[in-house]
Amino acid sequence: MPRYLACTFAALLLTLFLTAVSATAQQKATITGVADIPFTSVPNFLKLPPGESLGESVAVATDSKGHIFVYHRRDTTRLFEFDRNGSFLKEIGKGYYGFEFAHSVRVDKDDNIWTVDEGTNLVTKFSPEGKVLMVLGRRPPAVDGPVVFPAGPNPPSQKYILCRPTDVGWDPQGNIFVSDGYCNNRIVKYDKNGRFVAQAGSEKAGTGLGEFNLPHGLQVDERGNVWVADRTNNRYQVLDNNLKPIREITNLGVGWTLCISPGPHQYVFHSNSNPNGNAPGTWETTGEIYKTELDGTVIGKFGKPGKVTPGFQVVHMMDCRNPNEIVLGEIESWRVQKFILQPESRTATH
Amino acid sequence: MKLLKLVLLLACVAASIPAGAQGPAPALNFDAANALTLPDDIYLGEVGGVATSSRGDIYVYTRTGHPTVSMATARPFAHGGSRLFQFDRNGRFTREIGAGLYGFLFAAQVRVDPQDNVWVVDEMSAMVMKFDPQGRVALLLGRKAEALNNPPRAGGAGPAGEGGGRGGGRAPGAGAPQDVFNRPTDVAWDAQGNIFVADGLGNARIAKFTKDGAFVKSWGQRGAASSEFASVNSIAVDAQGNVYAADAGNQRIQVFDNNGTFKSEIKGVGNAQAICMTPGPNQVLYVSNSNPPTDIDIAGEITKMRLDGTMIGKFGKAGKLPKEFGTVNAIDCRSESTLYVGEIGNFRVQKVTMK
Repeated sequence: MPRYLACTFAALLLTLFLTAVSATAQQKATITGVADIPFTSVPNFLKLPPGESLGESVAVATDSKGHIFVYHRRDTTRLFEFDRNGSFLKEIGKGYYGFEFAHSVRVDKDDNIWTVDEGTNLVTKFSPEGKVLMVLGRRPPAVDGPVVFPAGPNPPSQKYILCRPTDVGWDPQGNIFVSDGYCNNRIVKYDKNGRFVAQAGSEKAGTGLGEFNLPHGLQVDERGNVWVADRTNNRYQVLDNNLKPIREITNLGVGWTLCISPGPHQYVFHSNSNPNGNAPGTWETTGEIYKTELDGTVIGKFGKPGKVTPGFQVVHMMDCRNPNEIVLGEIESWRVQKFILQPESRTATH
Repeated sequence: MKLLKLVLLLACVAASIPAGAQGPAPALNFDAANALTLPDDIYLGEVGGVATSSRGDIYVYTRTGHPTVSMATARPFAHGGSRLFQFDRNGRFTREIGAGLYGFLFAAQVRVDPQDNVWVVDEMSAMVMKFDPQGRVALLLGRKAEALNNPPRAGGAGPAGEGGGRGGGRAPGAGAPQDVFNRPTDVAWDAQGNIFVADGLGNARIAKFTKDGAFVKSWGQRGAASSEFASVNSIAVDAQGNVYAADAGNQRIQVFDNNGTFKSEIKGVGNAQAICMTPGPNQVLYVSNSNPPTDIDIAGEITKMRLDGTMIGKFGKAGKLPKEFGTVNAIDCRSESTLYVGEIGNFRVQKVTMK
């Protein structure tokens, strides 16, 4: 059998295996008695030019002007910018070498746009105008031939090479934090100039504090603490600014992705996303999003899976610049929704 | 007679003594800034090559877009992944050359000859492509492998093979006596227009062709002795026709006469991934000790030296900021005081001004 066919076959088997694992590993959140936060959905509020459409909308973010960025898997992976009313403004990164398989887009405090691409292993910082300012990681060179996911243990992690990275965040000083990823199991800290500072975890998956099994989402709060959605461990971890573990959160279901709102009073949104594939029963037990305080106090929850809005299909990313207006990117329905929360009516004391 | 032999031998030994690239290295003052203004729908990826023409035009050969393997056929075929852009002397985008060209897969280098023809070297298609100043294909060396994973032909010609030399009983890396390359990296010419191809990473040899592209000879094989290479990463020819080959794996530059006879070597140049020689009459060499893509905390400086290897000075270090370098793969030094430096790591070209 030619090598590439063997590789394709092996990849297929691996995919089937992983799908089966993720369906069984999905956990119902153990927390009970959480109040529902009333909300209204604004579905399909993004207006695309004729002939354009979204693919898997795995990544959404807003900037200080309210512009919405959608980094999605279409014919190729593409990055679209919309104004605050949802009208299409422009495409960024057309034909860019660092776009192959979208995973995250985030906007920093200076409105620079950062993409995380797990197909090219690149994290890219774009200026607000869409010019490349910094690149982290390296795309595997095509001249070395098709990349085969290695069987057996992951190769050792390297300071400046990422392996299917998933997310990016910054502390108030501008240090850069990357969750890395599907074939490493670590959080990496770089300074604002892109120089390696430290890492937590390694290429090896683990269950201890400061170890990870598919760190899938990352945000940094105003104190500089680093929050990690530790997906396959079904938990979130909070690390200090030097990546020492502080605590874990294990009662909110799978740690798929999270969002921390800005400002003096920050909230954290955690998504217990329904698993890909919609196995029977999963809509009833997963999919809700929790709103919490930084200290872990759970304020409420909202949302549930469904093919039809306001249901959603595997929330992959949330934007919460306005904690009462959550923009949700979904994998399986190729859709972005805005949820307008009415928190005051049912919010617990805080 | 014996005495004459001995004298000759001593002379040869003396000529091959490293001339002192490892001497004291004063820091050279310099400034650097992004050289290019790109349209909104054009993005550079890894910069394989940058070169200027006599009119000041800037050519950039970059790994960008989406390298693709098509799967609906009997064999997997490779497409795309690199583009050639032209900018004016102020760095403003002028045009794209050869969009969709068959041989544009993985940018290795671009160089401009004295007649302003633009020469592109592609590591994956294993081709050297000459464009006339109007951007039309004028001469081709090498042939792109028909499909991925093609068994190498005699001498080795897979797009990403382990190295040639499997055919004809030739030594590893020696290649075949023809224009079949294995991961070539660079091209240069002598005053007569003879073409020298650095071939390169898959092979470990230099191939010489007439100006019309007829194979003349090749020399080198994998190894660490004189006339052997760990790799041939970059190449330059001086006004006398001597050939300077950067052998980064052995951290040296080897110097050959026009027919490939070893003359001397310059040691201690680090990972000499890119070299550039200024035009006459007082030629100097710029040599990049490029950091590996895996680490920006080591190396990265560019050294300026005389052709005999005497150090003049050095500048820069690895990093991502302006005035830092991310795995330099190309230097243009048409002017000794104004360089264009292309980077693998930072997807950019910097204009360096020596002070």
